[in-house]
Amino acid sequence: MILIENISKSFGKRLALDSIDLSVKDNELFGLIGPDGSGKTTLFRILCSLLLPDSGKALLNNHDVVKDYNKIRRIIGYMPGRFSLYNDLSVEENLNFFARVFGTSIKKNYGLIKDIYKRLEPFKDRRAGNLSGGMKQKLALSCALIHRPEILILDEPTTGVDAVSRKEFWEMLSGIIEQGITIMVSTPYMDEAVLCNRVALMQEGRLLRVDSPQAIIDAYPKDIIALRADDMYRLVMDLRDFPQADSVLLFGQEVHYSGKGKNIDRDAIRKYLEDKEHKDIQINTISAGIEDSFLQLMA
Amino acid sequence: MNSFAGFVKKEFLHIFRDPRTLLILFGMPVAQIMIFGYVITNEIKDIPIAIFDQAKDRASREISNKLVSSGYFSLKMNLNSIKEVEPVLRQGEVKEVIVFEPDFNNKMESGNKGTVQLLTDASDPNTANLIVSYTSGIIRDYALSRYGSEKMPSLIEPKIRMMYNQDLKGVFMFVPGTMALILMLISAMMTSISISREKELGTMEVLMVSPIKPFQIVVGKLIPYIVLSFINAVVIIALGTFVFGLPVRGSLILLLLESLLFISLALSLGILISTVSNSQMVAMFISLIGLMLPTILLSGFIYPIENMPLILQWISNIMPPKWYIIIVKDIMIKGEGLRFVWKETLIMLGMTLFFMLAAIKRFKIRLE
Amino acid sequence: MNSKEKVIEVRGLTKKFGNFTAIDRLDFDVFKGEIFGFLGANGAGKTTAIKILCGLLHPSSGKASVAGYDVYKQTESVKRSIGYMSQRFSLYEDLSLYENIRFYGGIYGLRGKFLKERSNDMIARLGLEKEKKTLIADMPPGWKQKIAFSIALIHEPKIVFLDEPTGGVDPITRRQFWDLIYEVASKGLTVFVTTHYMDEAEYCNRLSIMDEGKIVALDSPDRLKSEYSAKDINEVFVKIAR
Repeated sequence: MILIENISKSFGKRLALDSIDLSVKDNELFGLIGPDGSGKTTLFRILCSLLLPDSGKALLNNHDVVKDYNKIRRIIGYMPGRFSLYNDLSVEENLNFFARVFGTSIKKNYGLIKDIYKRLEPFKDRRAGNLSGGMKQKLALSCALIHRPEILILDEPTTGVDAVSRKEFWEMLSGIIEQGITIMVSTPYMDEAVLCNRVALMQEGRLLRVDSPQAIIDAYPKDIIALRADDMYRLVMDLRDFPQADSVLLFGQEVHYSGKGKNIDRDAIRKYLEDKEHKDIQINTISAGIEDSFLQLMA
Repeated sequence: MNSFAGFVKKEFLHIFRDPRTLLILFGMPVAQIMIFGYVITNEIKDIPIAIFDQAKDRASREISNKLVSSGYFSLKMNLNSIKEVEPVLRQGEVKEVIVFEPDFNNKMESGNKGTVQLLTDASDPNTANLIVSYTSGIIRDYALSRYGSEKMPSLIEPKIRMMYNQDLKGVFMFVPGTMALILMLISAMMTSISISREKELGTMEVLMVSPIKPFQIVVGKLIPYIVLSFINAVVIIALGTFVFGLPVRGSLILLLLESLLFISLALSLGILISTVSNSQMVAMFISLIGLMLPTILLSGFIYPIENMPLILQWISNIMPPKWYIIIVKDIMIKGEGLRFVWKETLIMLGMTLFFMLAAIKRFKIRLE
Repeated sequence: MNSKEKVIEVRGLTKKFGNFTAIDRLDFDVFKGEIFGFLGANGAGKTTAIKILCGLLHPSSGKASVAGYDVYKQTESVKRSIGYMSQRFSLYEDLSLYENIRFYGGIYGLRGKFLKERSNDMIARLGLEKEKKTLIADMPPGWKQKIAFSIALIHEPKIVFLDEPTGGVDPITRRQFWDLIYEVASKGLTVFVTTHYMDEAEYCNRLSIMDEGKIVALDSPDRLKSEYSAKDINEVFVKIAR
């Protein structure tokens, strides 16, 4: 269990974390979603006892991150933003090294990492520097798990990794959860939020919302429609000029629109667009996705 | 202890896997000692000189012959008047003028002091210094062979520094300096780079978040470099002895122990540097500018300390290589023991403790 | 997008490094004003293909023309008709906004009053008049991204190559960036873009997906989704790459 109470942290004049309160339950897969510079990494570093908070306190399984940092460093597994591996050591040597640093061995905890590591085993003599992004990510995860931590802290583990590896990575995380480990993971990808038990949306050092992904989606307060037309750019520009428009955002080949009030007058919009000579206009009512919800919270 | 052994093993793997590190570790010392050795031995050769011989007797002729046949000097002209001395020096035709006083041989024979005046072009003070040393050495040598050591008249005040360096080889002065330079650079630069590299990679973060203690990280980083630097010291001493014929007159064990002390000093400096630099480039810059330049310029390696302005002489006292060079010269060339170099040893010991404590104190358990 | 004027034409394009075939007989066209997405896992051959199309690398065999110029013989003309922006934005952090623009303009041969006007125009369009003298290092990533994009267009190229242009930028800024891409495409510029973000791939008019040096799928996002009966491009990609 992770308990964060009123944690603040500044770097010079910049307030990186602004009185954060948060609790993560045992064996939960908890996601921290937010753009770069929103404070995710700072919060993680404080939890890992790498940074001291200016105020507030944080407990990991009842150990204080400031006073009991020695204990903290035994019970957590940490994977920093960049996959921190030794590029000149082989896959096996990297894993061996981290195992020994934590006073354990690959053999002892092989069961825990087996599902992940078996995909790497054919390449165990290859230098880590010659691995693809997805394989580095798996190796880094194995290294963070090798001492069987109680809490796993993963800082943007899927950044810069291709879609297939990302999908595999999230599958591995559910495997780790089954082993009874608590995971706290951060990501800038909003679509990954739905894979967590609960998420916190972070922006400019503050938590905007903490809840389950479904509850966040359900809380979207307005109607939302998706529009298409032959000239998408003109469609976006014209919709933004529509007097009732609140949020007009491109979502792939569609535009998501919500108005100033809760309800949307579809006919008025269609007429407005037809007057602007848009062709092939399609308007569909949709339910908001997690990204709509986040963007609405962040706006 | 198992985790610590794993750490040391990893460090050795890093070193042996990186061709550049290996080249710096083992190529640089050999190259430098060879370059310095040969460049320096060739420096004093066929130096143009002039002789103003007012005695024209046995001693002055024999000394002149000895000078010219040494290969270091070539006689450009004989002068006939003291007035000619200044113009030839000023025009740069000769680098040194040797003046024998009248009745030189007799004055020597009778036990009075015979005087030889050496005038050099000191616009290049280091060469001038070398030329004077070489000349006085040859003159001294002559006196020694003619009279033996007991009755030797003091013809001129010989420089102490050259006294034990009878073959007058420049390399003798440069081997200790090069040793200091190489050990300093390799030990300090390589450790600081290797620690900063972990910061750059982000692996330092992971290490900090592990149960391994900061001093284990520090010592684990040090051990491989202590071993390798020590091998280097042995290689340099061997090269000096077998290639340049530099003897180790004093105790070899003492010399190696002193080298070990100096290596530890340099390594603690390296760790101190790494605590203030976050990237390999910064670490390298600080090492090069902060350590290599002072070692070359202020330790007495190339420019004799006694020729420096007073303020630089003071500064040279805080340069660790200065003390190491003194110790090495005393042990290798003069054959002195600990009785003679204990003061310098204590200074180095103090510096080592100081830097080591500062490094461990500054080495953080957290990121800021 | 409406036009059928080909801006990039690739036939049987192959590049081998020793025994390794990095790209294997690529065939595709890109049209004027099109936003063309170029996807593939790490190491699928995307970077090699882009380097060839930018005139930085010679193909082993096959044909390719960019803006009507041959990538074998007319590499200089190719380079003049394309703009390029990568994830790292390639801005000089220690120069100001204005100095960066002037520098890149100078590289493309813009001079004197013309360059000055163009630079001021660009700054005005970015809405950064007040930041003219601000160092790039002091700007947020979102600004840097827009500035880098504008600079890639300073010489009015026909095609702009964007190599993972949205890395390290928050979702809101990413959206604004795509607005910008749509804007330039609507003016007839061709945009050739690679990305890891599958949700972004949905913004493209057409997508190609590469796997082991070959193009394994090429169509509009909608048609790809129905062809692979997938709910989004992410699923299409995973189905193809697995």
